[in-house]
Amino acid sequence: MTRLTVVDADRCVGCQLCMFACNRRFGEGGLAKSAIRVRSAGGFERGFVVVACRACPDPPCMKVCPVDALGPRKGGGVILKASKCIGCHRCVDACPMHAIFWDNEANKPDICVHCGYCVNYCPHEVLAIKEAEPK
Amino acid sequence: MRLPTRVLIADLTSRRFSVEDRADLFQYYIGGSGVAINLLSEYCPKGADPLGPDNPIIFAVGPLVGLYPLASKTVAMFKSPLTGNLGESHAGGRSAVAIRSAGYGALVIRGASESPIYLSIDGKGVQFRDASGIWGIASSVTTGRIIRELETGAGTRTIMRIGGAGEHLVRYASVITETYRHFGRLGLGAVFGSKKLKAVTVSGDHGIEVSDRKLYRETYDDIYKRAVSSPVMKKYHDIGTASNIMPLNLQKGLPTMNLKATTSPEAEHISGEKLAENYLGRRVACAHCPVACIHIAALREPYANEPYFYKTTMIPYDYELIYALGSMVGIFDEKAMLHLIDEVEIWGLDAMSTGVVLSWATEAMEKGIIGPDETLGLSLKWGDEPPYAKAVEYIVKQPNEFYSALAKGVDFASKRYGGEEYALAFGGNEIPGYHTGPVGYVGYLTGARHSHLDAAGYSIDQAALKDKLPDPKTAAAKLLKEEAWRQVLSSLVICFFARGIYDKDTVANTLTTAGHKLQPEALEAIGMQILREKNRFKEREGFNPKELRIPGRVFETPSPLGKVDEKYLRESVDEFYRLLYA
Repeated sequence: MTRLTVVDADRCVGCQLCMFACNRRFGEGGLAKSAIRVRSAGGFERGFVVVACRACPDPPCMKVCPVDALGPRKGGGVILKASKCIGCHRCVDACPMHAIFWDNEANKPDICVHCGYCVNYCPHEVLAIKEAEPK
Repeated sequence: MRLPTRVLIADLTSRRFSVEDRADLFQYYIGGSGVAINLLSEYCPKGADPLGPDNPIIFAVGPLVGLYPLASKTVAMFKSPLTGNLGESHAGGRSAVAIRSAGYGALVIRGASESPIYLSIDGKGVQFRDASGIWGIASSVTTGRIIRELETGAGTRTIMRIGGAGEHLVRYASVITETYRHFGRLGLGAVFGSKKLKAVTVSGDHGIEVSDRKLYRETYDDIYKRAVSSPVMKKYHDIGTASNIMPLNLQKGLPTMNLKATTSPEAEHISGEKLAENYLGRRVACAHCPVACIHIAALREPYANEPYFYKTTMIPYDYELIYALGSMVGIFDEKAMLHLIDEVEIWGLDAMSTGVVLSWATEAMEKGIIGPDETLGLSLKWGDEPPYAKAVEYIVKQPNEFYSALAKGVDFASKRYGGEEYALAFGGNEIPGYHTGPVGYVGYLTGARHSHLDAAGYSIDQAALKDKLPDPKTAAAKLLKEEAWRQVLSSLVICFFARGIYDKDTVANTLTTAGHKLQPEALEAIGMQILREKNRFKEREGFNPKELRIPGRVFETPSPLGKVDEKYLRESVDEFYRLLYA
């Protein structure tokens, strides 16, 4: 199984094309459903931080879900069963990477599925899809 | 929700806001410049004081923002405190995506606050926040840092703010967004300052529907592929706009020492190539732009009073900054130039106007029409950076009549002190960095913003180096056509660097997927109409093309196409205005 990897955040220019790509998977524009985020490291002069799910083998977000809406993903990370989710935000609070985002319109979390679509739109070799290392 | 047609109106006097649907404007005028000029004409009463509460600030984005790469600009419109008529300035950063994601197509900020204020805008509306604890912080960078901590939305917000220049109403103060992007020209920063408005932050998380998902993805991929493979875009990414220094220096078109010269053997030191090799520390992009043309130098310097103690400052550079704060003031030492750029950035001044004002003052001092009494003891000399940095501080703080005249622009200062023949401004706006030939000047004179970007006349001059110069009437017609088409681009809010990618077919596809009903054939006529409306606003506010002043220096210093002929300029300008209203 593969997973999304931040190869070199120092190459990131903050264009956010990855964020838009993630959202485009749902056939719409904007950033409402994006499961990856690029923000400045405290101002543009300091460069950028790429916040993305690291596909934990033992995901803390899954452990705190009260309704089992998050199941384990092969290779790490989680799969959301949206129909079960009650929108309690606990998964968001549990992620130490702050890599779970919130779709306010749907009232559900935006969670990376490690599909790698964003990698196709990173012109600066910041992101890659890599084989998950054996844990 | 498809087209961004909602307009948020925030009143600083009453601290109330409302939202109106203005589909009537967005359906025909698209967005950006087209919508902004209509809102400006509506909200700005005739004869309004540019620094009074009646002058509105308009920010407008367009239907492609958030959907397509390079649709990344916000258009600001206001009545300019520098020229007294149309104020229009464009900036990227994250501003455009943030405004649209908050659910708006445009923002109107009117009235004035009695005490310092900043606005926090999101999909729910406006919070009017007290800024009395921030007012007086002279650095635009520090201001950004503080507000960043106060507000949420990291990664998807914009923080537009002013530094000391805006607070002190310098007529060419800028508004800075995301540290390195500017609503630079024509004095939006002073309009902020006059309203006691320190900053505006915008964030939001609205999704954007498209009308044809398949066509959307296909059109997106086509634009993306062309953007990352185009040689023009590669140039903007690799060296950036600073790559123009050496060619212009070689052609003898780089304004140097207040346009007494157009070339320097030392220009290489401040060239894009040298800066990239020795100082480039980071590239930055606007939201949704793969190009990343923003080049930032890392300047590492020792502290004078402590061994082995250094600071590294990240300083943005672009062609226009290098011209204005380098060659124009005779600074060819790259470290000195970066220092001066940093100074201007921190106070929040327009770099071009500041450089031209300083270069006029230097020549005025050289010619003895001003002296140390005026400059408060500063000896302004070509290439000598520390006095320039101090003069920038004085322009902001205006400790005497001379600096307060400089703070009103070079037109004003030269009317007061003399030296008009070398006071390089057109329509009240200080000259951009291209002494390429006559068509560039016709463009500065006729462009609605008196900017090189209105119609890029310099590129017609440069083409004439290999071919032949069009006659004055043909040049006017070409400029008009280009400026009209650029109204379409700036209404779609597409970065002008991407104008080659967004050809008419591409624009048509993007508009269809964005849910717009406009026919592509109609676009040119709409562009022309927008341009007319901008000019009508100018004339309503007293602009008269017959009164355009051309400083004599322009005719003295040969351009790459030889000496610029006044008759050519006058004839071409007349023809431009005849065609505009024909």
